[in-house]
Amino acid sequence: MFPEILRRLVATIPVMGVVAIAVFALLHVTPGDPAVIIAGDYATSEDIAKIRAKLGLDQPFLTQVGIWLGRIVRGDLGTSIYSGLPVATLIGQRAEATIALTLFAMVISVSVAVPLGVLAAWKKGSLVDRAVMVFAVSGFSMPTFWLGFVLVYIFAVSFHWLPVQGFSPIERGFWPFLRHLILPAVTLSLVYMALIARMTRASMLGVLNEDYIRTAFAKGLAPRWVLVRHALKNASLPIVTIIGIGFALLIGGAVVTESVFALPGLGRLTVDAIIRRDYPVIQGVILVVSGVYVLINLVVDLLYVVLDPRIKY
Amino acid sequence: MAGVSRRGFLAGAAAAAAAATLGAPRVHAQKKGGTIRFIPHADLKVLDPVATTAYITRNHSYFIYDTLFGTDADLAIKPQMVAKYASSNKGLKWSFTLRDGLKFHDGAAVTAEDAVESLKRWAKKDPLGRLLAAHMAKIAPSDRKTFTLELSQPFGLVLDALGKPSSNVPFIMPARIAAASADEPIKETIGSGPFKFVKDEWQPGNQVVYVKNPDYVPRQEKPSGSTGGKVVNVDRVVWRYIPDHATANAALDAGEVDWWENPPLDFVPKIEANAALTTFVTDPRGTQGWIRPNHKHPPFNNKKARQALLYIVDQPKYLKAAIGVEKYYKPCPALFTCGGPFESAAGAPGKPDLDRARQLVKESGYDGRPVVVLDPSDIALTHGAALVTRELLSQIGFNVDLQAMDWSSVVARRAKKEPPQQGGWNMLFTWWIASDVINPAVHAGISGAGDGAWFGWPESGRIEELKVQWARATDRAKQKQLAEEIQKVAYDEVMYVPFGQWVLPTAHRKAVSGVLQFPAPLFWNVSIA
Repeated sequence: MFPEILRRLVATIPVMGVVAIAVFALLHVTPGDPAVIIAGDYATSEDIAKIRAKLGLDQPFLTQVGIWLGRIVRGDLGTSIYSGLPVATLIGQRAEATIALTLFAMVISVSVAVPLGVLAAWKKGSLVDRAVMVFAVSGFSMPTFWLGFVLVYIFAVSFHWLPVQGFSPIERGFWPFLRHLILPAVTLSLVYMALIARMTRASMLGVLNEDYIRTAFAKGLAPRWVLVRHALKNASLPIVTIIGIGFALLIGGAVVTESVFALPGLGRLTVDAIIRRDYPVIQGVILVVSGVYVLINLVVDLLYVVLDPRIKY
Repeated sequence: MAGVSRRGFLAGAAAAAAAATLGAPRVHAQKKGGTIRFIPHADLKVLDPVATTAYITRNHSYFIYDTLFGTDADLAIKPQMVAKYASSNKGLKWSFTLRDGLKFHDGAAVTAEDAVESLKRWAKKDPLGRLLAAHMAKIAPSDRKTFTLELSQPFGLVLDALGKPSSNVPFIMPARIAAASADEPIKETIGSGPFKFVKDEWQPGNQVVYVKNPDYVPRQEKPSGSTGGKVVNVDRVVWRYIPDHATANAALDAGEVDWWENPPLDFVPKIEANAALTTFVTDPRGTQGWIRPNHKHPPFNNKKARQALLYIVDQPKYLKAAIGVEKYYKPCPALFTCGGPFESAAGAPGKPDLDRARQLVKESGYDGRPVVVLDPSDIALTHGAALVTRELLSQIGFNVDLQAMDWSSVVARRAKKEPPQQGGWNMLFTWWIASDVINPAVHAGISGAGDGAWFGWPESGRIEELKVQWARATDRAKQKQLAEEIQKVAYDEVMYVPFGQWVLPTAHRKAVSGVLQFPAPLFWNVSIA
């Protein structure tokens, strides 16, 4: 399997290259000019031209791509046009909040959604099944920003149990870290809970009709044992796939949640950079995030082998 | 000590306006220590106060830098870092001596050379600085604490320039930093101001941290605006950038922040209903809204087509759409702002008259080509004004192409001088705080310099001539008369159409006290219970 991992890792390089060039091209056809924004209200055309030259924006497109790719190869993501801080530093400042939020939201999603999906499949057609499906449909339908504000109103503004906004790094203590993450993680996780619960139910329903499950019940095994050891294990491939996709979507979905809860994460960094056309920051963040997506896909593919020994690469 | 007679006039006019609307500045018995958590109106991205005109950078700079002169709540210019100054030779030679005990945050003493280099760098970028530089023969240190400024011709705005309150403010930084090109952002942020910037804790998009500068020696006078004793009562100020208004409101409500710089007006009634919170108008002169036509391209390269715009604007309608809450806005025909020293209705059109506007459009020979109107739809106040204008332009016969975009796109687009069909534009909407339009020298919109003027590029030799006369006038009555003349020509040429004036309150917890009136939020004199 190690050669396969290596091959897949090497294969990510062209994928990342295509992503990098596509992002670069898209940004440069988007209206907006950082030189004009930086130059301000009293700038002359000459002032703007000087800034454009300094930023290298006066170079032909392919030259700009070449310079940027050359830096990337050397591990330099560039420098923010506005703050002058290295993009790697900005990403480093923001990564903890996004990673913590994403992981926490995924833990909540999986630990709630998988049991609910299993239960709904086992009790197919019952009140429990319908309740789970109502929950799933509601989860899909509820806008994240709306749910966020409702939770803030109830738990932060009315009861003062949890903070409205912000992030406390883990080095300042686990409880403050957790308190700041509970509301955003619950908000973010709801839609993925719904997604995973529906997928778990559908996948379990397919497996529960198999002969070996009927045999297991006929042998007198406890239902819990049959559901978890026999059915869920065999139904897990689509569930793992959807969790992998959900993980990738969570990073994107974090943009809204980070804005609502003023979490200093990568999503807000990206949005702020887009608003100001801070090209190096946008390019750097998207490159890093696309790398994470590729790695998540790789991990999901490797998990297939662990879960189903019949799969070989 | 030089007499600054014009200042007396400024002070009188503005004091009357301020007193009538808002009462006295809040000077009070101070509590010491603590941290103030503040939500700024924008994210701090650029640290160089010369490289950008962004208000957020100006606000940041007031923490860490000091100024030679300041502007008080009544618009009077008063010495700040300067201990004494004098003018001689009919105002052509000035001498300035710095106060004792001024130190930069790196421990070095502030010298006359630092002041001279800082002013030179600032004068390369700021319009009033450029005007000063154009009248200047020489500026140089005469000893460690004194520098002289010699003018080549009379210039009535020397102190106004040195005490300019808004962007770009002539902040003083070490000479070695100020020696950098004005086109290159500075790398170090070392000032001599009452707070120190904690660069290690700066997270763009999230937080900015300042701590009290224990070495700062405040003046003895009572604080007022950016003048007087900058006595710091808190240990630390933390800016938390919270872009979502509902979240910012909830954070203030829950006590997670102490002060919100600019709550949108639709949140203000809720804030005012909260017994723990209060609102306060820090800049009583407020903000002026503009409709700016592009003088370079048809149809608004024709004076009659531009004059038609004067007759469509009914300021109360615009203000209702853009601002909404009546107590915070007022119609104002004065291009140099209502409440300012040059307030006048000279040249302003009478009541809106759509028939007259239609007639003017016809007389202009408008050929029905699309009028490209830039609509910054992410900014409520200009978006509201754009929607009202579209409707009115259609009613008087213009074929309107309203193009919605974000503010960053407007900022890029407005710099394009090409015809509208090739990526240019015909009309845009913007706003300026009163300090930036309060007299002909600082007013970006009233310039007839063509390609050298602010976006829209009006050409008017008469305006330029009158502005030079205004800058050289040292008599206040003459200045007032010239300002009126400038306003008349500006209205006749339709440099822009004002759609009203408004103020924005700041909101803070009642535990916060001592907030001063000024266009920028100031943190000296402020304490927290």
